[in-house]
Amino acid sequence: METTAVKKYTFKDFASNQEVRWCPGCDDYVILRAMQKALPEMGVKKEDVVFISGIGCSSRFPYYMDTYGMHSIHGRAPAIASGVKLANPDLSVWVITGDGDSMAIGGNHFIHVLRRNINLNIVLFNNEIYGLTKGQFSPTSLVGQKTKSSPYGNTQQPFQPGELAIGAQARFFARIGGNTPKEMTQMFIDAEKFNGTSLIEVLQNCVIFNDGCYTQFTDKNIREDKQLFVEDGKPMVFGKNRDKGLVLNGLKLEVVTIGENGVEQEDILVHNAKEQDPTMHQMLVRLKYPLVTGIIRRFDDITLEEREDALTKQVKSNSKFTQTDDLFFSGEIYQVN
Amino acid sequence: MIANKISNNINLKSEALDAVVIRFVGDSGDGMQLTGTQFSDTSAMFGNDVSTFPNYPSEIRAPQGSLYGVSGFQVHIGSVEISTPGDDVDLLVAMNPAGLKTNLYSVKPGHTIIIDSDSFTKKNLEKAQYETNPLRDGSLGNYRVIEVSMSSLTKEALKDIENLDNKTIIRSKNMFALGIVYWMYDRSPEHTIDFFNKKFASKPHLIESNTRVLNAGYYYAETLELIPNAYTISPAKMESGTYRIIGGNTATAWGFLAAAEKSGLELFLGSYPITPATDILHELVKHKHFGVKAFQAEDEIAGVTSAIGASFAGDLAITTTSGPGLALKGEALGLAMMVELPLVVVNVQRGGPSTGLPTKTEQSDLMQAMYGRNGESPVIVLAASTPSNCFNYAYQAAKLALEHMTPVILLTDGYIANGSEPWKIKRVAEMPEIKNNKVTKVTGNWHPYDRDEDTLARNWAVPGTFGLEHRIGGLEKDSVTGDVSHVPENHEFMTKIRAEKIKRVQNYIPDLTTEFAEEGDLLVVGWGGTYGSLHSAVKQLNNEGYNKIGYAHFNYINPLPKNTESVLSKFKKIVVCELNNGQFVNILKMNFNICGLLQYNKIQGLPFGNSELITEFKKIVD
Repeated sequence: METTAVKKYTFKDFASNQEVRWCPGCDDYVILRAMQKALPEMGVKKEDVVFISGIGCSSRFPYYMDTYGMHSIHGRAPAIASGVKLANPDLSVWVITGDGDSMAIGGNHFIHVLRRNINLNIVLFNNEIYGLTKGQFSPTSLVGQKTKSSPYGNTQQPFQPGELAIGAQARFFARIGGNTPKEMTQMFIDAEKFNGTSLIEVLQNCVIFNDGCYTQFTDKNIREDKQLFVEDGKPMVFGKNRDKGLVLNGLKLEVVTIGENGVEQEDILVHNAKEQDPTMHQMLVRLKYPLVTGIIRRFDDITLEEREDALTKQVKSNSKFTQTDDLFFSGEIYQVN
Repeated sequence: MIANKISNNINLKSEALDAVVIRFVGDSGDGMQLTGTQFSDTSAMFGNDVSTFPNYPSEIRAPQGSLYGVSGFQVHIGSVEISTPGDDVDLLVAMNPAGLKTNLYSVKPGHTIIIDSDSFTKKNLEKAQYETNPLRDGSLGNYRVIEVSMSSLTKEALKDIENLDNKTIIRSKNMFALGIVYWMYDRSPEHTIDFFNKKFASKPHLIESNTRVLNAGYYYAETLELIPNAYTISPAKMESGTYRIIGGNTATAWGFLAAAEKSGLELFLGSYPITPATDILHELVKHKHFGVKAFQAEDEIAGVTSAIGASFAGDLAITTTSGPGLALKGEALGLAMMVELPLVVVNVQRGGPSTGLPTKTEQSDLMQAMYGRNGESPVIVLAASTPSNCFNYAYQAAKLALEHMTPVILLTDGYIANGSEPWKIKRVAEMPEIKNNKVTKVTGNWHPYDRDEDTLARNWAVPGTFGLEHRIGGLEKDSVTGDVSHVPENHEFMTKIRAEKIKRVQNYIPDLTTEFAEEGDLLVVGWGGTYGSLHSAVKQLNNEGYNKIGYAHFNYINPLPKNTESVLSKFKKIVVCELNNGQFVNILKMNFNICGLLQYNKIQGLPFGNSELITEFKKIVD
């Protein structure tokens, strides 16, 4: 890693000269701006930032960033990004993907990149629909959802991305509404600072094909009552009046009201994002009321590239080979005169 | 009572031989690969030219004694130039009835079969579907059969060694067979004993037991008067130098190591295990001391795409696979072609289609390599022709990928990948220079698709380079700025420039040459791993006086060498020989106006045999 000071950037430094072409009103604009605002705060050099995307509306993202980038093929961005990061661990590598891209065709790469814990960041734009192919159900669409490819209602059970990710040993999982740019910006900064694969699921509204899919959680007037924004070490309290909270009842989470039925502030569960055991995090991810947002899971662990680096150093120090000739002339060789 | 019996219907005499083909066969698990390797290594160090070919079932451990569980290893050694593992066998060592049954066809009448007679039990005979015992029913009358109670003799030799379980004892009987063969061909067991000392350094009882059984076999053969005197095969006349025996897959891996060192880049392999390509991964993962990043991915697609990512980030990136894996990599290869990044894809061809014949060889992925992508998607296609020159072509594939900023598909096949032969070791200093197109500084009005005037290769700005931030992708891009463009004329221009870029590689590859004749009655044409078989058949015909038969071998398939048409046009007849139903012949027909191209095709999962080629070529010229 070079030690030269990182230039002071503004968000404009990260905007490319390409015209942004998403539908008017799309949350993608919010995500783009949040990223452009977050990057100057990360302490990384612009030339060290790489965005890799697959296919879909979300995947146009790299074109709009004045960094290095590759708009690749459907679902494979995590594998391409893994190659980038393994080739040069000094880079800040971002995967931009959608629910169609990463939950369907790219499902395999999605789970394996999390399992390996390569130090890169994934931003998953989840709008529960295929946008770019114009309105088919996706692996996160709800049962019964009517789409172009499910005119009588979707019969396939959806994935919960967080549940899948934590099941695949994700060490960092966060969820955020597409209309909360300030928290989103901070989340991107936190993801970059995390050493390991970080996954941020953005609940992103598709104004054309699935408009209002998250309104019941994200509408500005009700979101404080419907969302629990968790913070590590803080009690899991929500509601406009901050009087609702979570307690454990047997093996289930239960919503209680502070001050009612003898419930006091101290009874409310305190969020522990660093807990290695995924049980509580899985419960939080699955909850429908309140919908849990914020950094749900964040536990530090060795990364794949750190393991590889340590192993390489060890092998190098034990090997007598320094150049390929040493290998070629080793073992059973013989002379012909 | 240990029975030894040699049929005496053939006159025995000792002789000096130019070359000999030996095949060891037994159950998978009998150690036939090890036995064969030891014999060939020993012979190579003695100075013989050597060519080997292992042939094993696709099951890991097929039921013992079954016909489909037979594992074999063939070795051809000579005091003359050896270019194939040979087809007709001079000596068959059969450790069980199934091995005998499935391999008897290959033994030349009058030649020798050594048999472990202990294994010819009722049960094993039944498993091999013998109705009567071939050792007793006279069906082997045309061969010189040497029956040896190898299992019993092995037990006898080891009876006083402590700490040896029965399984270990029985497993070492292959060394008894090897001892006999060492004596027959006047080879010292010393090399193999050294091998035991190294391999079993921490298990002295295994050194002792294997050495004892090996020597027991050797002295048994010497003592037994009924076995003729040792044959002598003098050292071959080979170019002077330092040699080692190398297999095709190892040579491929080493070619990439050399290319990485020469180019000053780090080597990245993204791969997923598949027969028969996996050994390249096995080899490269060992070389962390050279900084090799060998990444076993979750599937074939992640194998190639991780390599594309590594290439984007500035590594020498490769991916290795076999036929079905190349099918899966097709879309990603189109991306690599579109973004014009250097990438080498090795396809070790096997019998297809679909899962086909995983452990058998074929040349039927040529069209897939040429066209197995959507759209107009030309890439460089190369084919190696022998186990040892896999090294050169892996190196060349890396060089062309880096210098021309394009994916390169390197075709090898199961036959040369698993086969081995002497390799005159190359030092990296002797290898040609490898340039690359990396740009490190902002100069003027820079664009990611600015091209070199001669090669048309674009420049390579890798992430981390100040001031050259840019985006690439699978969408069509403007020929000047590299931004996404759907302009119709631009797409046509870009399609043509990508094709022209590959065409211009012709200026950087060697011309096609012919061997034996530059003009004449018949030109035998081959490509890839059939080199050894075709070359030795044409050579033999020339030795027999057919001096107007030439041989042209293609290692460069796309683009074809510039002078191809003029070379082909000098012969009255041309026969294109391939282990497929006729793929390369169609490439020639597409490209050149040459009438009456003849074909000789074999689609059996097997290499060409010498006699079938000779018969065919004679038929054409006579």
